[in-house]
Amino acid sequence: MRKTLGRVLAIARKEVRQLLRDRLTFGMVFGIPVMQLLLFGYAINQDVRHLRAAVTDQAGTQSARILAADAEASQVVDIVARVDTGAELESLLRRGRVAVGILIPPDFEERAARGDRPAAQLLVDGSDPILVQAARGLLDLPLRDPQRAAPRAESPRAFEFRPFYNPERRSAVQIVPGLIGVILTMTMTLFTAVAIVRERERGNLELLITTPVRTPELMVGKILPYMAIGLIQVTLILIVGSFLFRVPIRGAIVDIYAAGLVFVIATLGLGLFISTLAQTQFQAFQLTFFSFLPQILLSGFMFPFDGMPRPAQLFAEIFPLTHFVRIIRGILLRGATLTDVFPQIWPLFAFFTASMALSVARFRKRLD
Amino acid sequence: MTEELAIEAHDLTRRFGAQVAVDGVDLAIPRARIHGFLGPNGSGKTTTIRMLCGLLTPSSGDARVLGLRVPAEAEKLRLLIGYMTQRFSLYDDLSIRENLDFVAEVHSLARAERRARIDELLAEYGLEPRAAQRAGTLSGGQRQRLALAASLVHRPQLLFLDEPTSAVDPQSRREFWESLFRLVDGGTTILVSTHYMDEAERCHGLSILHEGVLVAHGTPRELMAGIAATVVEIEAEDVRGARAAVGPLPEVLSVAQLGTRLHALLDRDTAEPDARLRRALAEAGVAARVELARASLEDVFVAATQRTPA
Repeated sequence: MRKTLGRVLAIARKEVRQLLRDRLTFGMVFGIPVMQLLLFGYAINQDVRHLRAAVTDQAGTQSARILAADAEASQVVDIVARVDTGAELESLLRRGRVAVGILIPPDFEERAARGDRPAAQLLVDGSDPILVQAARGLLDLPLRDPQRAAPRAESPRAFEFRPFYNPERRSAVQIVPGLIGVILTMTMTLFTAVAIVRERERGNLELLITTPVRTPELMVGKILPYMAIGLIQVTLILIVGSFLFRVPIRGAIVDIYAAGLVFVIATLGLGLFISTLAQTQFQAFQLTFFSFLPQILLSGFMFPFDGMPRPAQLFAEIFPLTHFVRIIRGILLRGATLTDVFPQIWPLFAFFTASMALSVARFRKRLD
Repeated sequence: MTEELAIEAHDLTRRFGAQVAVDGVDLAIPRARIHGFLGPNGSGKTTTIRMLCGLLTPSSGDARVLGLRVPAEAEKLRLLIGYMTQRFSLYDDLSIRENLDFVAEVHSLARAERRARIDELLAEYGLEPRAAQRAGTLSGGQRQRLALAASLVHRPQLLFLDEPTSAVDPQSRREFWESLFRLVDGGTTILVSTHYMDEAERCHGLSILHEGVLVAHGTPRELMAGIAATVVEIEAEDVRGARAAVGPLPEVLSVAQLGTRLHALLDRDTAEPDARLRRALAEAGVAARVELARASLEDVFVAATQRTPA
């Protein structure tokens, strides 16, 4: 037992030494979280203006023209095209030529006069939450009477909001917590994925397998330093997230770290398993990205989980990221406790156990 | 009997797909000796060593190393053997001392013992002044001494060296072999693979491998005495002409040029080999001096590998 601990620590110590000397990897430990967070965070938080917009004015009245002019005057949109039909407008949106479509129907004046519902429609490309967020600024635009040039008293809102492709309107705050999971998945999986392959490629494996180090000792020793690095990254993201992007931390810090640690070991397990599959570091990189893409797409980080077809949901339940996105949103935003999110914790443990077992089974202290 | 033998192998065979890398090799290597594996690249030296270390499973046959069955008892064997790989397998980005520290730690040496042992090895292999230098920046000879030191950290009884001197200058090679003999004096058994004749000649016992088959074995002296060929030296002005005259003869196994001389190996059953060559040279009109010569280890090697049907 004492010998086992000694050997595990020997591997871990060696790993840390190599890590400190590999400037690129070391830079990635700190660089990736900060860079990603700034990129994603600022893109989300930026006050987006001057969205490309198209107008379909089927009413052709003065107040309809005023409405379009007011929309442009708000600086939220730049009107870059005018088309005749709603179908053309939707086509422009679908093809990504414009992000916003302003549809003023033929019965615009009657609707405005009745005042029971918005007289015009605002069509928004919902595939990008940032755009949705920005375009919502137009909703406050009042409907003006052309004669009096002042807002009509108790007038309804001018626009009915119709986000396309993404009915769920998510806020920036919902993205940053999930980002903790995305960043950890990316860095942790990548670091461990190359861990064993690198030894194989550099010829060190031939030395390792002739030593008394046992396979589980090697695996644990390999991931130990990265567990610490994972927690450092969690800290980094939390600090940047809360100070720069005002992401609330409503749950307990201890819970965040505990959940973070469980998630980190699960992703390390995945990386380690990839490492036993790949023959070269390049293959390890490829496999990491192959595993990364479905996690990003299906975890609920990017697209709402509820909107996905049932088979995709079942598939996504395997990924650690899916569970962690729920956990961390729960803890950070809703102030949930570990007990509250326990149904999401145990799948992470299961994933870790399974991936470790598979890695140990796949790794042979032989060359054949 | 097992007590005296460090390595015993019977009909050891390893196939990779359809290719037979090692074919029915028998070995009996006594303790406290240097035993050499001589053979060209691809002759099965590394594969045999890996099987004996328990790193590869034999396709058939069995082996006992230090009385332990391989690969079944390979984990136990790992504590008793050292293995210096053909390719440098220590960490380029760790210093000499850190590399040795790591190896000592995975071998569970206690802290105090570890320090003492590493200092001892650094001194023995002249690595002290560079202890803090990264392994990646060392010269070929220094790397080789580091690799040897690392394979000795846990005082193994048996040392496997796979072409240890391939990237090393002659001076370092000589020193390296002297350190090997010191180890043998201390009771260590060494199995070394090489394709250098001068190194092979230093071994107590030799096994010549060719295309996975053990084609000859014995002490270098025995091998040279028992060579299955006659060695004839030819000295001629027109070396190329002489070569053209004797090369195609059916009795001639091989001809090698050494400066202005030719070194010819003839089938042992050839009657009066020198007269036979003189006749052939005279017929071709090449003036030459022909005399019988003593076989070198290289001749043994050539004769042994030429005789095997391809």
